[in-house]
Parts: sequence; C-alpha cells; structure tokens
Amino acid sequence: MSRVTSAFVAALITLVLGGFLLGMSLTSEGINLVVEASSTGKITFLFVGVVLVFLLQLFREQVGRFTTKMRSDERMELPGFLRTPQQQRVWTMFVIIGLLIFPFLSSRGAVDIATLTLIYVMLGLGLNVVVGLAGLLDLGYVGFYAVGAYTYALLNMYFGVSFWVALPIAGGLAALFGFLLGFPVLRLRGDYLAIVTLGFGEIIRILLNNWTELTGGPNGIARIPKPTLFGLEFSRRPSEEGATTFHEFFGIGYSSEYKVMFLYLMALVLVLITVYVIRRLIRMPIGRAWEALREDDIACRSLGLNPTSIKLGAFTIGASFAGFAGSFFAARQGFISPESFTFIESAIILAIVVLGGMGSQLGVILAAIAMTVLPELAREFDEYRMLLFGLMMVLMMIWRPQGLLPMKRPHLELKRD
Amino acid sequence: MTNNLLTVKDLTMRFGGLLAVNGVDLEVKEKQIVSVIGPNGAGKTTVFNCVSGFYIPTAGSVIFQGKELRGKPGHLIAREGMVRTFQNVRLFKEMTVIENLLVAQHMHAEHSLLKGFFMTPGFKKSEQELMDRAAHWLERVGLLEFANREAGNLAYGQQRRLEIARCMVTEPKLLMLDEPAAGLNPNETKALDELIVQLRDEQGISILLIEHDMGLVMGISDQIYVVNQGEPLAAGTPAEIQGNPEVIKAYLGEE
Repeated sequence: MSRVTSAFVAALITLVLGGFLLGMSLTSEGINLVVEASSTGKITFLFVGVVLVFLLQLFREQVGRFTTKMRSDERMELPGFLRTPQQQRVWTMFVIIGLLIFPFLSSRGAVDIATLTLIYVMLGLGLNVVVGLAGLLDLGYVGFYAVGAYTYALLNMYFGVSFWVALPIAGGLAALFGFLLGFPVLRLRGDYLAIVTLGFGEIIRILLNNWTELTGGPNGIARIPKPTLFGLEFSRRPSEEGATTFHEFFGIGYSSEYKVMFLYLMALVLVLITVYVIRRLIRMPIGRAWEALREDDIACRSLGLNPTSIKLGAFTIGASFAGFAGSFFAARQGFISPESFTFIESAIILAIVVLGGMGSQLGVILAAIAMTVLPELAREFDEYRMLLFGLMMVLMMIWRPQGLLPMKRPHLELKRD
Repeated sequence: MTNNLLTVKDLTMRFGGLLAVNGVDLEVKEKQIVSVIGPNGAGKTTVFNCVSGFYIPTAGSVIFQGKELRGKPGHLIAREGMVRTFQNVRLFKEMTVIENLLVAQHMHAEHSLLKGFFMTPGFKKSEQELMDRAAHWLERVGLLEFANREAGNLAYGQQRRLEIARCMVTEPKLLMLDEPAAGLNPNETKALDELIVQLRDEQGISILLIEHDMGLVMGISDQIYVVNQGEPLAAGTPAEIQGNPEVIKAYLGEE
C-alpha cells in the first residue's frame, strides 16, 4: 500500500469514528430523541482533525525521524557554567538567595502560588525516595499526606497543640503508618504493591470521610490556626488574652501580606531541609542499598542485605516527608476535608516524579513547578486543562520517557594519591 | 566432628513431584576446597540454593559453625559468613566497580541516619574503612584500575573476578562459587585457579565449588562430591574420584 493510500485510509477511519462522536448530536423533541448534525464549529474541528491525521500519516517517516532525534539525546547535559561542584555551589547559593527575597518583590498571589508549589516540591521529593530511588511504585502516597494534615488538625482541635509541636508528631505518625503498611505489603512486587498502596490511600480517605464523630466527615475541619513565629501570631488581633501579634511586637502596621510571606519562607525552609536530607541519604549506605536493590535483589540477599528492611526504610522515610508536607498544608489552608486527599492528588505527585525523571532531585523540583504553575497560568482553558495535562503526558512518554532530567546518580569515586 | 565448618546431612529438595535432590551429604572443613561435580541437571545448583537459603529444603539439615541454618532466609545466612556467587553473574551493573564492593559491605557500614546526616567523624571513618577494604580487594583481583567504571562495562572474566571480590569484602568464612570458570578462557581459568588457592592459603577461608572444568576441579580440590540425578554418587579425594568406575559410568555412559 502506498503512503498516500494508507494516509487516506487512516483519515477515513478518523472521519467515521469522529463523525459519530463530533459530527452528530442528539436533541430531544418532545419525548423523542432526534439525531441532528452538530454545529458548524464542531464539524470544523472534525475536519481539521481529519486533515491532521492525513498529514501525519503521509509524513510519518519525517515525523518519526524527528521524534527519534529528540529521544536519542539520552541525557540533557547540564549547561557549562554548572559543571564543577564549586560552580554548582555558587549557583545554588544564588538561587536560594533569590528564593528568599522573592516574596518581598512580588505580588501576594504569586507568593501564594509559590507556597503551594513548594508543598508539591516536598511531596514530589518524598515520593521520589520511594518510587525513584527504591523503585517501589506507591499509588497511595496521598494517604500519608492526609495522615500528616489530620494529625495537626485533630491534635489542635482536641488538645490545642500548636503547629510547631504537631509538625514532628505529624511526620512521625505518617512514618509509623508507612512502616505499618510497608511491613505486610513490601513482600509484594510491582503491580501488586501498586494496587495495595492504591487501596491504602482510598481507605484513609474513606475513613476520614465516614468517621464523622472524630473528623467531621465530609464537612472537614475548619479554623485550623496558622503557624506562629516564636509565639507571635500573624492575625490582626491576638486570638487569646495575653498573646502578642507579629505587627504589635515589631511596632509596624498590620498587613495580611506578612502571613503569606511567612508561610512561603517556612515552606522554603522545609523544602531546603528535605533536599539536604535526601541528598545525604543518597550518599549513605542506605541510599546505595536502595540502588542495589532496584537492580538485583537476589544478589543483595546473597550479600547479607535484608531487602524487606531496606524497602521499609524507603517507605517510612518517604511517608514522613508526606506527613510534614501534610501538616504544613493544613496550617496554610486553615481548612481541610477528605476532598483534598483524593486519588488524583497521588496521581499528580507521581506524575511530578515521572515527569522530572525518576530519582533526580532537580528534575522533580522543576516538574513540581511545571505541574503547579502551568495549571494556574492555564486557568482560562478551564475544563480543557485535564486534556492538556493528558496531552503533555503522552508527548513526554514519546519524546522523553526518561523524564526531564533523568538521574545522574553521584558515583562515589575511589581517590588515589 | 567438631572441626567441620559446614555439615550438610541428608539434604532433600522436592519441587512438587520432582525430587531434585535426594539425601545429599556434604562436609567442609576449615581451610578446605571442596567441589561438587556432576553431569548437567544433576542438582548441584539446587544443593547450593538450599544451603545458602534461597530455597527451603524439604528435609535434612545444614549446620554451619555448629548452628542449624536450614530454613533461614538468605540474607541471615550470608551474615553468618557464608556467601555465594551465581552461575550467571549478578553484579549491580549500573553501579561502579567500587560501589559494588561498598554495597556488599552493607552489614559492616555505619547505619545511624543521624550520624550520616551530620557526617560525624565516626561516619566518615566507617565510610573510609569500607573504601579501603574495597580498594584492597580490587587490588587482589587486579581490578583496581577499573574502580570507577560501571560494572556492566567490564569484560566477562573481569565481572567474574569482581563477583568474587564482592563476596570477599563481606569477610566470609565459607565462599561458595557456582561455576566460576564458566565462560572463561584458559588463561583466565588459570588465574582463577591461583586466586582460589590463594584465598584458602592466605585468607584461611574454605571454598565450596561447583565446576565443570575437570582440570580446575582435580587440580585444587581437597575433597570432591559427585552428584548424579539428585543422588549422591561418590565422595573422596581427586585421585579416588578419578578411579571410581561409578563416576566414569555417570559421565561417559556404560560400555
């Protein structure tokens, strides 16, 4: 079959299939349903699609060559000014300083989105430990996030525990959940593990939704206090007798922007700590063991490494980051409900890890920024956002299946004098 | 007997209806090279997998340094000081040569997360010790110049030697080698031969060997066990085995 005929056939199939979906519409006339031709707009869409398919099939080889070329450059090299560790350190300092002064220079809305992005960066980095480094597909990561958020919200509601006390408890509790879940399920591999973790995420959400006496069920928990700066509140008036607010203490006028900035800076500090901790983990015996286990667990066992406890370590550590992120999320929002912890959240976090390149910290950070900022910018596309999201995923899988910045693991080197 | 390092008694392994190993006995003394030979499919590797904890034997006992190890998981057996290589090389191919040896020393490494986060002197010292031991063994097997290469890029013979080095950094008492000479050329086999004897004489460890290369087996073994179709056929010194009509029959068939 020549190329023209095969392109023609493909276009025809598109026309037939699309014709039913786009070209016709059902309208009700009285009690009957009547099939009518659609509006001209939809018909135009249909024909544009048909022409597109025809052209794509006609020039398939050229397109194929183009895509393979994009795929062939396996690893994006870092630009020249980032090669040596000293240069990297200097640039990291610049970026951190830039991030620190960012809130003072930009609008309140931008800072707010940046804070949300930082939460996702933290979640992405945490899941990256589980999926990217240890190679365990976890589809219920949002469950640990929910545990962290509800830990702070509930402790505060029932016992009046402040954010700073609740933060480590939330991390610890999420880690405990990770440990308890991991214990029985880490014998499973690949798909089976994914299904069990998916179930776990849903169980947590449904539990929160139905345990109305404790969690308020679908109504959620409202009026969760914001974090304080060494006891200084960021509200206009102190919440209780004798407490001081931030602006009173420093003798400046009240502005709601201080609170937003403070939350941003706090999120930034949490993210920086996360980055540092994971950076160290990769270079520690446990990080090496994760890598080895991902490659060959039989060889690991033959050398005395206990696969279950090493996987459990990854699972627990990953979960604790979700716990920290969760309690911060609760404090920032001031209101949480099971709605915030649906499966789609897990999917987004996993998408961040895959998009960024499994195991790569810088890649995950960039992907988290892309995944939160782009939807904000694309607000006017409204319901097409999910469509764009899907399209982006498909294109990524075709062109860069290894992610934006695939991991170049730091190799330990033997230095000889 | 008290000076036995490893005593395997009446080892039996049944996969469903298939009796893969039936009543095999093995004894390995300190500083001995013991070989297990037999035709293809005789159940040699199954014996290895049972002893090293990758299979749970149906019956029998595995006593190592006076401890019953039957049914214990593989990683605990490895920690007791009995490590093995594999018939098909199992390296961590995307890690560098030196990292392969660092991972292998996991049980000797400093595990405290806090010490690692803050890079305490104790942590650095522990890491340096691992590095030194790895470098030492790389030198012993002649791979020091490849330390920072990816293990998957090494030549086959080098990968075999790296696998032995990776076992040795765990400081075992018994090294189990599953067909270490498979796929090696005569020169490499000769080097391996020397290495194994050195390990016994200088490190004082025992070696349990599965091998098809009869030159290698007869040259270095202190004791040989012959297995045929899962059943023990003969045991003795190389000279006894070479003269044993049963063994000749199993290998060459009847006249």
